[in-house]
Amino acid sequence: MSIGLTLLGLLESGPRHGYDLKRAFDERFGQNRPLHYGQVYSTMSRLLKNGLVEVDGIEHGSGPDRKRYAITEAGVTDVAQWLSQPEAPEPYLQSTLYTKVVLALLTGRDANDLLDVQRSEHLRLMRDLTQQKRTGELADQLICDHALFHLEADLRWLELTAARLGQLAKEVRP
Amino acid sequence: MTPDGALLTAQDLRKAYGPTPALDGADFSIHPGEVVAVMGPSGSGKSTLLHCLAGIVRPDSGSVRFDGRELSQMGDAERSALRRGEFGFVFQFGQLVPELTCVENVALPLRLTGVKRKDAEGRALEWLERLEVAEVGGKRPGQVSGGQGQRVAVARSLVTSPRVLFADEPTGALDSLNGERVMELFTQAARETRAAVVLVTHEARVAAYSDREVVVRDGKARDMAGAV
Repeated sequence: MSIGLTLLGLLESGPRHGYDLKRAFDERFGQNRPLHYGQVYSTMSRLLKNGLVEVDGIEHGSGPDRKRYAITEAGVTDVAQWLSQPEAPEPYLQSTLYTKVVLALLTGRDANDLLDVQRSEHLRLMRDLTQQKRTGELADQLICDHALFHLEADLRWLELTAARLGQLAKEVRP
Repeated sequence: MTPDGALLTAQDLRKAYGPTPALDGADFSIHPGEVVAVMGPSGSGKSTLLHCLAGIVRPDSGSVRFDGRELSQMGDAERSALRRGEFGFVFQFGQLVPELTCVENVALPLRLTGVKRKDAEGRALEWLERLEVAEVGGKRPGQVSGGQGQRVAVARSLVTSPRVLFADEPTGALDSLNGERVMELFTQAARETRAAVVLVTHEARVAAYSDREVVVRDGKARDMAGAV
């Protein structure tokens, strides 16, 4: 999952300090793996260098200066592109998909659309595997079946998430 | 057929049951030999779309055209003839006639169009063989397994060589292995006869037998072909 794009997505709702960004990330997406401060600051300086964020203000205090970051037009375009592109289907994709769904809801984009496009991408691979099964030996069939069951599990999660979007939207944007 | 070669099309279909809209401006089209999965959450309008396309339910407004003919302009008799002759149906629970043997069940759609018993049952047996259940021909539906019964139902849907097959959760009551074999035989037969298949399913592994999928949500149908 792209931490840079996730942080950008979190910035879409308004400028934040690096510390606030880390806290927002950990609260929503970092249940088992909170971000290190170093990770946040190195990511932010990369985003800054690439013109995806800009410094919105600097607070001078007793410690080091605190920069407040704001997303740029180019940053918004990158987030929009990331959310509209399906992920390559593979097992254990849930954390990325979950992040994308939450960010879509947070930024007022159509989460159903994102899930529809992802379903379509999964089905495309499932069609290929089903076709391979048709023409393959028993061993090929079993190998394809293994992949198909994993993809099906992803899609079951996707359908359940689609059914709970309204509920999730309320929690994400009370 | 329409200029783009579609065999069955629907435009701006609307249908409400009481105050609740089941279809709210749904569009759809399918070409000969194409298998289209209709997906979407429960209560999204999938089955209503299938029923309107098949002329079982009259939409409140909108158009359904089969082979250039508008269904809403047909009388009941003409629509019944269309359903008997040009359309085939498979449902989740085979809905076989319990008093008839399996071969008689499969022959029934032919008998209803006036085919003589011997000819009808000959063709029915060929389809039972094709669906790998010739051995149950003489048995009644109550004496065969769920998987066998569903294959009999599929054979019945194909026996009249329909131009459109409507399947509503056709493998919903079967285990994985049986379900997949039924889908394999069903879609293969449909492709060979250039029948179009409208396949309502919530199962991704079943939808994987289709050429493309249409997602129904809140009474609207979204064609996902080219969406990615």
